[in-house]
Amino acid sequence: MNAPNAHNTAECREIFERLSEYLDGELSPEARRKLEEHICGCAPCLEFIESLQKTVDLCRELGAGSPAPPLPDEFKKNLLEICRQALKKDK
Amino acid sequence: MASLDKTSDVELARRLMAGDFSAFDDFAIGLHARLFQYSLLVCGQREDAEEVAQETLLKVFENINQLREPENVRAWVFRIARNVCLMKRRKSVFAPAQELSLDELAPAGFQSDGERKLEIADWSKRPEAELLRSELRQVLERAIQDLPEIYKTVLLLRDIEGLSTEETARVLDVSEDVVKTRLHRARLAVRKTLDAYMRTHSN
Repeated sequence: MNAPNAHNTAECREIFERLSEYLDGELSPEARRKLEEHICGCAPCLEFIESLQKTVDLCRELGAGSPAPPLPDEFKKNLLEICRQALKKDK
Repeated sequence: MASLDKTSDVELARRLMAGDFSAFDDFAIGLHARLFQYSLLVCGQREDAEEVAQETLLKVFENINQLREPENVRAWVFRIARNVCLMKRRKSVFAPAQELSLDELAPAGFQSDGERKLEIADWSKRPEAELLRSELRQVLERAIQDLPEIYKTVLLLRDIEGLSTEETARVLDVSEDVVKTRLHRARLAVRKTLDAYMRTHSN
């Protein structure tokens, strides 16, 4: 069990720069372990990570829920014809 | 739900390229929804977004025979969309790239010469759906629209469209490290705006 850290150490600063990589699972196992050990003892860093994760989750939710206008039928028909012609060129 | 997942995109592209035109409707409608959403956050206007989405679709299907690897369809489509957006907003190509500084995006407690006290408004425990039903949705959309171009594109491709770091790097012709750096700064900038809003509007 780690003793609580004083926030704003050089380690906090280093972690701050790599938080997105952590959230995206892009850190090396060693870097990930070091970061997780740090946040176990540093509540402000943990809270900041939670707010950054929430930001990412909100963006993803926004992406999943924005309704687009319907694709006009006439335009879709033209696209299909263009697609057929383009694929024919390749044969 | 507006978007299709990666597997569906790839599968539909494969079928279409193999001459199975029954895949066309799902493929075109799915792409249109995603392209509209992407363009709306880039342009901010529904009319412009629809124009960009339709123009991109035209280019996609005119050149579909050049899609050599259907598994890369998402990166290929968004590369075309990005070019269409840039053509529409030509001046942004020549505009100096505005950099976001990490120090400006960090709360006081993380700044290299900052105070030790870190203040974070307590909004990160509330469900996304609840937050997006509120005015926060407009705040979030505006925060994304206001990002400098190089950061906005990365955030849209990674967090809204769900492209991988590798796919995003391919769309933008930059290294994966550049994608990671820009994405982090973009997220920090959006987080900062949301945090400032929630501080003044939370009950």
